Amino acid sequence: MIRLEGVTKLFPGQARPAVDAIDLEVPDGRTCALIGASGCGKTTTLRMINRLIEPSSGRIVVGGEDVTRADPVQLRRHIGYVIQGVGLFPHKSIADNVATVPRLLGWDERRVAARIDEMLGLVGLDPATFRGRRPASLSGGQRQRVGVARALAADPPVMLMDEPFGAVDPVVRGRLQREFKEILARLGKTVVMVTHDINEAIRMGARVAVMREGRIVQHDTPDRLLGEPKDPLVMDFVGTDRALKRLSLMTAGEAASLATPPPGVPVVESSSSVQDALSAMLSAGSDRVAVRDPDRGSRVLTLDAIRALAAPDQPASASEL
Amino acid sequence: MTGAYVTWIAGHRSILWRTFAEHVTLSVTALAIVLVIALPLGIGLARRPRLAAPVVGIVNALRTVPSLALLVIMLPVLGTGFLPSVVALTLYGLPAVLVNTVAGLRDVDSNIVEAARGQGLSEGQNVLRISLPLATPVILAGIRTAAVQIVSAATLAVFIGGGGLGELISAGMGLLDIPQLVIGALAVALLALVTEIAFGATERLVAGRLLGSTA
Repeated sequence: MIRLEGVTKLFPGQARPAVDAIDLEVPDGRTCALIGASGCGKTTTLRMINRLIEPSSGRIVVGGEDVTRADPVQLRRHIGYVIQGVGLFPHKSIADNVATVPRLLGWDERRVAARIDEMLGLVGLDPATFRGRRPASLSGGQRQRVGVARALAADPPVMLMDEPFGAVDPVVRGRLQREFKEILARLGKTVVMVTHDINEAIRMGARVAVMREGRIVQHDTPDRLLGEPKDPLVMDFVGTDRALKRLSLMTAGEAASLATPPPGVPVVESSSSVQDALSAMLSAGSDRVAVRDPDRGSRVLTLDAIRALAAPDQPASASEL
Repeated sequence: MTGAYVTWIAGHRSILWRTFAEHVTLSVTALAIVLVIALPLGIGLARRPRLAAPVVGIVNALRTVPSLALLVIMLPVLGTGFLPSVVALTLYGLPAVLVNTVAGLRDVDSNIVEAARGQGLSEGQNVLRISLPLATPVILAGIRTAAVQIVSAATLAVFIGGGGLGELISAGMGLLDIPQLVIGALAVALLALVTEIAFGATERLVAGRLLGSTA
C-alpha cells in the first residue's frame, strides 16, 4: 500500500507550493493514475514517493514504512521506476539494462541471467534476439518494454510510472497499455502512474486522481469520474465525450440481457466494449446487437439499455442539458 | 640537399635522441598532471553549475595567454629548467581537458541520469557507471587537444632551460645551421601529428565500443 498524508512540496523561491497538503491512498495491487495539466504537481507527487524530490512536509508510507526516514538510494532499489524518455543506458546491452537493480542488490550472476530472460519474455521480447543488443537498435515501443522489464527486474512491490507511454505512437501505445495493465495486475503490483491523457488514465487506473494547482480535485473510479465530475474544470478535463468514454469501461457481455436476438442484427463479442457495440449498431442502422457469449447463451444489448447506462439520473449530467 | 640532412642526423644521433626524449618526458609529465587535476576537478564542477561557470571562465582566459608568455612568466617565479617548464605546460593543457570534462558530463541526457538515480544508483555509481562512460568521447577529445597543445608548446621550453626539440631549432637559428633547424622543426611537427593521430584513433575506438551495436 502507498499512503500520502498531508504531503507538501514548496520549491525554494516559489510563492505557492507545487504540491499542497495532499492525501492519497493506493491499496495493494491497484493502480492509481494521477492526471492533470502541466504544472499541476502530478510528477512532483510521483517523484516524492521514491524521494527523487524531498517533500517539504507530510508523510509518505510505502508498505507500512515511512519512506521519508529511509535511505533514498536503498529505497529506490525496492521501487520500480519507469519514465517517459525511458532512460535506457545507451552504452549497455539490453541484458545489462534489465540487470541494473538485481546487480545493485548483489544477486549472483546465474540468478541475474535467468531473471533477464524471464523479464524480457514477460514484456514480449525474445531474450535470444534482444539480450545482446543496444538500446539504439530498438524501436520506441521495444525500448518502452525494456524500460518496464528493467523496473520489474528485482520484483519491487511498488511501481512508479511517469508518462510511460509518452514516446510511442497511438497504435503501439494502446497495445502497450493493454499488455502492461494485464502484467501489472497479474503480478499484483501497486502502481502510481502519471499521465496527461484521460483515456490512458481511465484505461489503466482502478482509481484516477485529478490534480490542479498542487491539490487533488477528485479521486474516484474511472466510472464515477466520468459519470459525476465534481466541478466544471474536471468536467472540462474528462472531455465532452465523457458519456462515450464511460461506455468504453464496460463490456457488452456485462451490459447485455438474456434474450434471443432477432435475425439480421450485428453481432459483437461479449468482451467488446459497450462503446464498440454502440458503434456496431450505428453503422448497421440497428437498435440492438447480438452479444456472442459461449458461456451464457444468446444475449442482446439494446440502444435503450445503452442510453440508460450512459445517462442515469444524475444531477451532474442533468445540469448540462 | 637531403644529403645534408641525412649527414646531420648521422652525426648527431645522441643529441637528437636526447632532445626527443626530453620533449616527450616534458609533454607526458605535463599531460599526466593535467589529467590528475582536470578530471576530478571537472567531475566535481559538473555537479555544481554555479561554481562551474566562473571557474571555467577563468580557465578559459588562461587559453588566451600565448604559450611563450606563459613559459616566460614562470622565470621569476620558479626559475629555469624542467619544473617551471612542466608547470607552464600543465597550465597550458589544463583548460581543454577541464572544459570538455565539465561539458561532456553536463551534456549527458538528463533522462538517463534521472533513470539511473531512480533505479537506486548512488551518486558515485551514477558518475562512474553512467555519466563518465557516456561523457568519455567528449573528454577524450579534450585530452587530444591538450596533448597536441602541450607537444607543440613544449618546443618553447628551451627558452626557460627546459630542453626538448626546441633546442635544435633555437641552436639551428643561432648558428644558421639549416639542417639542424629543419630537422628540429620536422621532428616537432611529426611528434604533434603522431600525437593527434594516436589520440584520434583511441577516441574513435572508445566511441565505437561505447555506443556500437555489438555488445
